[in-house]
Amino acid sequence: MKIIGISPHRRNFLRKAVGAAPAVALLAGAGGGLAMAVSKDQPAYKPRFFDATEWATLSALVDRLIPADAEGPGALESGAHEFIDAQMNTPYAYGALWFMQGPFVPSIEQFGYQFHMAPRELYKSALAGVNAVVQKQSGKPFVQLNAAERDAVITQLQKGTLDIGAVPSKIFFNQLLQNTREGYFCDPVHGGNKDMLAWKMVGFPGARADYMDWVEQYGKKYPLPPVSIA
Amino acid sequence: MSDIKPDVKMKPVDAVIVGFGWTGAIMAKELTEAGLNVVALERGEYRDTYPDGAYPKTLDELTYIQRSKLFQDMSKSTFTFRHSITGVAVPYRQIGAFKPGTGVGGAGLHWSGMHWRVLPEELQIRSHYERRYGKKFIPEGMTIQDFGVTYAELEPHFDFVEKVFGTSGQAYKVNGIVVGDGNVFEADRSDNYALAPQKVPYTAELFRRAAKAVGYHPFVNASSNASGPYTNPYGCQMGPCNFCGFCSGYACYNYSKASPNVNIMPALRMVANFELRANCNVVRINLDSSKKRATGVTYINADGKAVEQPADLVIASAFAYNNAHLFLLSGIGQPYDPVSNEGVVGRNIAYQMMSTIQTFFKEDTNTNPFIGAGGTGVALDDWNGDNFDHGPLGFVGGSPAWCNPAGSKPISGIATPDGTPAWGSAWKKAVKKSYLNTVSFDCHGANMTYRDCYVDLDPTYTDKFGQQLLRFTFDWKENDIKMSRFVTDKMMKVAEAMNPESIKVSVKNVGDHLDLRNYQTTHWAGGTAMGADRKTSVVNRYLQSWDVHNVFAVGSSVFPVGIGYNPTGLACALTYWSAKAIREQYLKDPRPLVA
Repeated sequence: MKIIGISPHRRNFLRKAVGAAPAVALLAGAGGGLAMAVSKDQPAYKPRFFDATEWATLSALVDRLIPADAEGPGALESGAHEFIDAQMNTPYAYGALWFMQGPFVPSIEQFGYQFHMAPRELYKSALAGVNAVVQKQSGKPFVQLNAAERDAVITQLQKGTLDIGAVPSKIFFNQLLQNTREGYFCDPVHGGNKDMLAWKMVGFPGARADYMDWVEQYGKKYPLPPVSIA
Repeated sequence: MSDIKPDVKMKPVDAVIVGFGWTGAIMAKELTEAGLNVVALERGEYRDTYPDGAYPKTLDELTYIQRSKLFQDMSKSTFTFRHSITGVAVPYRQIGAFKPGTGVGGAGLHWSGMHWRVLPEELQIRSHYERRYGKKFIPEGMTIQDFGVTYAELEPHFDFVEKVFGTSGQAYKVNGIVVGDGNVFEADRSDNYALAPQKVPYTAELFRRAAKAVGYHPFVNASSNASGPYTNPYGCQMGPCNFCGFCSGYACYNYSKASPNVNIMPALRMVANFELRANCNVVRINLDSSKKRATGVTYINADGKAVEQPADLVIASAFAYNNAHLFLLSGIGQPYDPVSNEGVVGRNIAYQMMSTIQTFFKEDTNTNPFIGAGGTGVALDDWNGDNFDHGPLGFVGGSPAWCNPAGSKPISGIATPDGTPAWGSAWKKAVKKSYLNTVSFDCHGANMTYRDCYVDLDPTYTDKFGQQLLRFTFDWKENDIKMSRFVTDKMMKVAEAMNPESIKVSVKNVGDHLDLRNYQTTHWAGGTAMGADRKTSVVNRYLQSWDVHNVFAVGSSVFPVGIGYNPTGLACALTYWSAKAIREQYLKDPRPLVA
C-alpha cells in the first residue's frame, strides 16, 4: 500500500521552484518587456536538423504565425523554431508515434492524416517547396518577402492553394501551425516557451498544480507566476 | 490467424484475463477472492503512479497530450474507418477523436474520473420507448435493444463501484428518501456516495447559477477525484484532489483520481494467486475442436515469442471494441453481416454525440480554467434519456449537459471567439484575452445503434503481429443529430443567462459525417453486445459468451446501445454483476448460465 503524502521528489522540486524565483519578484518582471532582455546574452541557437536555408525559411514562417507585438512574445522570442528543430530528433518526427503502414490512400479530410511522410521528411520537402514556388513567383526567396507578402503566402498554404511540390500545402500548414503553437506554449523543458513568456502572457501557472485553496476564490486573479517542470 | 504456433506453453491456470484496465482489474480481484489462480495479460507496459505519474514530470502537456505518452501505441496497431458499407476504410493514423488506452491500468489510468451510473430506462431502452411512444416510434434500421439486466439488479454493484473508486458526490434519494440537492433525475440509491461532493470551480459555479435561473436542475456531479482522504473496501488509499488540472491524459501524481493502479492493484499485490504480465499481447482465445470451449489464450510476449497460456476460464476485458476484435480473430460467435442482418459479433457499435458551447466574458473575469479536476463540475439531466417528452420531437435519446472544469492547458485548451483567425496578431490577442475569461460546457449525448454501423476485420491493413485491423463502418444518423441540436438549443438558454460578451456553439448539422480529427470522447460501445436473445447479442445477461460458455466479455463492449453518460461506472458495475454470476453460479457448475 502506498503511503499518501508529499514525495521527496515533489518536496525538492517545490523548494527549488520557490527558491529560484520569489513570487513577488517574478510577478513584477512578468510581461512583454522582460522577454527581449533575456535572450540577448545567449549564444545564437545552432539548428541540428535544418540547414541554413531551411532554418531561415522556418524562422520567417513561424515569425508570422505568432508575431512579436505589444500583446506579448512572438514565436521567435519564445523559441518556437528552436523547439521545432529539437523535436525533429525525437521519435515523433520519425513518425514513430503514428500508424505509418501503407497503402496510403487519398481520403476525405475527416479521416485525418493519410499522408505517407513523417515530420522530418515533410518539413524538408515543404520548406524547399515554399522557397521554390516563392522564387518562381516573385524572383526572391521567402525570407526576402515583406510581412504582407509572407502573410499572403501563408494564407495560400492554409487554404491549400499553393503548389509546394510533394507535400499538399494544407498538410504542411497544419503541421507547422501545430508545432509552432506547441513550441510557443510547451513547458520550457522542451526548448520552447522561453522564460515561460507565453504562459505569463495568457496567465497559465504551468506546473503549480495545487489549487486546493484557490478553487472557491471566485473571480480572483491567481497571484503566483508560472513554474516549469525543469 | 489460426496458424500462430506457440513457442512456449505455460503452466495451466484457473482463469486468464485479457487486458488490465478497470474491468480486468475488477475481475482479477473477484476471481482471486474466489480462490482461483489468475493470470492477467496486459498488452502495454507496466505502469503505476510512480514513476509514470510522478510530480513534476507528469505535468507536461506536450509529452502526455500532444505526444500521447499514455495512449495506445498507434505504430503497432490501430483501426480503420469508413462512413458506409460501400466505402474504402483508411487507418486512424494519429490519435484525434478518441484516445485508446494501453498499459497497466488501461484507459483507467488516464481517464478523467467522471463517474456515473445509468438512467434505468437506458438499460431497457427499446421496451421503454415502445411502451411510452409505440412500436413505430423507433425508426427502421435503429437496432437498439435492452441490456437484459435491470437497474435494480445492478444497484448493489453501482454502490460497491463507488466505494471502490472513492466517488465524491451528492445523492438525491437514498432508499426512497430525499437526502440532499443531488440529481433529481437520479434513480433511487441504497447508500450515499463514498465521499462528499467536490468543491465547485468558478466556471461550473457560473454554469450552476445560470442553469438554475432558467429553471433547470443543476447538481454537483459525481467524481472519482477524491474530495477527501479515503480508504476503500480493499484497503487502498487515496489522497484529496487538489485541482491540479492534469487529469485526463495523465496519471494522477496525488493518488486522488481513482485508477486500477491506485484502487485495486495494491490489494492484488498482496495475494499469491495473482500474476500480472505486462507487454503480453493476446492474439487469440484458443478453442477446442468442438468450438464450444476455450482452452486458454495465445499471446506474443515482449521478446516476440508466441506463448500459450492454458486456462479453464477466459475473461475478455480489452478496451471496448477490442473485445469484438478478439472474438472475430478467435472465431467466437458468428460475425455480423449488415446486408443479411445475420450474425452478432461486431454489431451495435455506438459512440457519443457531443456539442460544445463556449461563452466569452470581459477581461478580468478570471475564470481560472487551469484550476480543475477531470471528474469535477456541475451537470444537469433535464434533457438526458427520456426525462422529457420525446413524443412530438421524433427522436430517441438525450444528453446530459455539464460544465466540467477539467483543467485547460494552453497548447490544446484555449478557446477563442467565433471569427478569430488561426494565427497572427489577432489570434494572439484573442488567446490572451480569452484564456482567463471563458466558460465552456458540453452536451454529452447518447448515440443509438444502427444496422449499418458495425465493426469487422479489415481486408487490407494489419497490425504489428500481422493480424487484420478492426474496421469501423460508422457515421452519424439524423436521429442523433436532431437530438443533439434540440438539447444544444435548450442549453443556449443557459449560455445566454450567463450574459457573456459572445457565445460560440459547436454542434453538428444534419448530414455531417464522423470526423476523426479533433477529440470528441473515447467512449465507444458495443461489438460484443449483451442481451436476452442470442440472435441479437454476443453475450448473455451475465456477460457469458452464448457460444463458448467459459468465455466472458466485460467492459463497454457489452453495451447494446450508447448511453448519455460516461461509461466507466456502468461498465464496472456490469463487471461485478458478471463476477457474481461466475462466483455463485458458474464455478460450481460450469455451463451456459442462460439456456
